[in-house]
Amino acid sequence: MSTSAIEKLFVKGNEAVGMAALEAGCSCYFGYPITPQSDIPEYLSRELSKHGGTFIQAESEIGAINMLLGASAAGARAMTSSSGPGISLKQEGISYMAGSELPGVIVDVMRQGPGLGGIDASQADYWQATKGGGHGGYRIIVLAPNSVQEMYDLTMLAFDLSDIYRIPAMVLADSVIGQMKESIIANPRPHVELPEKSWAVRGRGDGMPQHVVKSLKLGDGEMEKHHWKMHARYQELADKECRWEEAEMADAELIVTAFGSTSRIARTAVVMAREEGIKVGLMRPVTLFPFPKKAYASLSERCKHFLAIELSTGQMVDDVRLSVARDAEVHFYGRPPGTGSLPTPEELFEQIKKTWQALA
Amino acid sequence: MKQVFSRPASLKDVSTHFCPGCHHGSVHRLVGEALDEFGIRGETIGVASVGCSVFLYGYFDVDVIEAPHGRAPAVATGAKRARPDRIVFTYQGDGDLAAIGMSEIIHSANRGEDITVIFVNNTTYGMTGGQMAPTTMPGQKTSTSPYGRDVGNDGAPFKMAELLSNLEGVGFSARVALNSPKNVMQAKKMIKTAFRYQVEKKGFSFIEALAACPTNWGMNPLDANQRVGEEMIPYFPLGVFRNTANL
Repeated sequence: MSTSAIEKLFVKGNEAVGMAALEAGCSCYFGYPITPQSDIPEYLSRELSKHGGTFIQAESEIGAINMLLGASAAGARAMTSSSGPGISLKQEGISYMAGSELPGVIVDVMRQGPGLGGIDASQADYWQATKGGGHGGYRIIVLAPNSVQEMYDLTMLAFDLSDIYRIPAMVLADSVIGQMKESIIANPRPHVELPEKSWAVRGRGDGMPQHVVKSLKLGDGEMEKHHWKMHARYQELADKECRWEEAEMADAELIVTAFGSTSRIARTAVVMAREEGIKVGLMRPVTLFPFPKKAYASLSERCKHFLAIELSTGQMVDDVRLSVARDAEVHFYGRPPGTGSLPTPEELFEQIKKTWQALA
Repeated sequence: MKQVFSRPASLKDVSTHFCPGCHHGSVHRLVGEALDEFGIRGETIGVASVGCSVFLYGYFDVDVIEAPHGRAPAVATGAKRARPDRIVFTYQGDGDLAAIGMSEIIHSANRGEDITVIFVNNTTYGMTGGQMAPTTMPGQKTSTSPYGRDVGNDGAPFKMAELLSNLEGVGFSARVALNSPKNVMQAKKMIKTAFRYQVEKKGFSFIEALAACPTNWGMNPLDANQRVGEEMIPYFPLGVFRNTANL
């Protein structure tokens, strides 16, 4: 796909994911319908074959993630997408991919839970995404877009990071970001030095070494070695790939922190608070794993008060507390999933004001 | 002196972990011979399943992906769609394919994926210690059906070769056994036909191989071999159930 760099397009967040996948050279997509992400398989069912790729509507999310595993093992750039209940089903395959050091992109357009929950926005799958949602102890790369533009940009980044580190990468969006329309610039795929997939299965000719993609590690010390290797790789990710955005930070004495759609509402509330003379800034993690711990630690050297805001009863706030200096205080305001539970800017402004007044 | 018999080049020169009298080794050999005879070893990707068949990569001299339990046909689908020019086969046991993996096998077959599935039916879970499988025979005692499989409680065994033969996406479906030289020769022919389907892009091919599991049946190898002929074949008849390209 070649798109002029200056052309602005008015698209849905989920469509932007599909566009980015095409631009990133994704050749295989496997998915299953579930609200609020079905625009992604719908878009790719229409577009992927035009670009020589393969689209399969799988029999289940389990089928889809395992097709992703197979395509990725064979060296293809591949993607699947789903939402809460479906992402839960994919955890088996994600664990196997992590154990097999396979890249692959998984898009999670979060909806409410637990169980069937509901289809409105939620951020209650933060733990599942960032702490290794399946068995065995592993992490995946988690990117949290807060705009349609970032749905596009971070989907492309997910493919690159996943290929470079051989770790599955998740784009963790929510139904607000997935369903809303915004204008975007469909940037061309950036040039990134990618390692050759010399490990992929390809059918070995004579004299070529056998390639095996597996997670079973029965050799003496083999499993332990794998864990330490991945542990070091997660550290490397933390050192090199943390991304975040700061706003109004220069003289801030209170830092609001939020990701995804909540950060957009929080941003408006911060502007409202600034107009009232409240010295408040905004810290938005873009990578949820690796979590930008050092950035929080550094901010907390100077500013001792944080207010984490989430569409849950508090999940990311755990990582904020683990990241800031010990003498920093982390406040929390959350709205658990529930119809109509999206906070208004005024509601968050009140929380900022209340926290600010308590500091004085 | 002319050498008239040797290990297929598609198999490694190693000892297997299979128990004495187990038929996995025979099935491995026949698949290896088929890969050799079509000259496709270098372009083949095997997909291992979970159970006694998991060590496929240790015995076959081909590239291998290890799939989660039951998911081999989905993994093979992804690999084949990514590399349509390659020969992709799965090798699965009865618990893997007909219990936890029933959805994946049915849908891969129904899509007519251009892959070959080798299904080893020994009426029990081998690796985990002889529990009741979806193909355990009525009345058969296992470690989780200590009074014998009760069809009223557990349902009847699945006849996978017949079941899949009803799907339009399937090109070839056959059941073979390895309990006699005659049946081994016939099995070889059927396994070759299954791979011929893929080589000639004629559609999904499926082989169900009836196999002995002496260890978990509590039998010596000879008695176990005899059980295949006397009990299994009458219930799971051998033959070709679908052969759309008439190969």
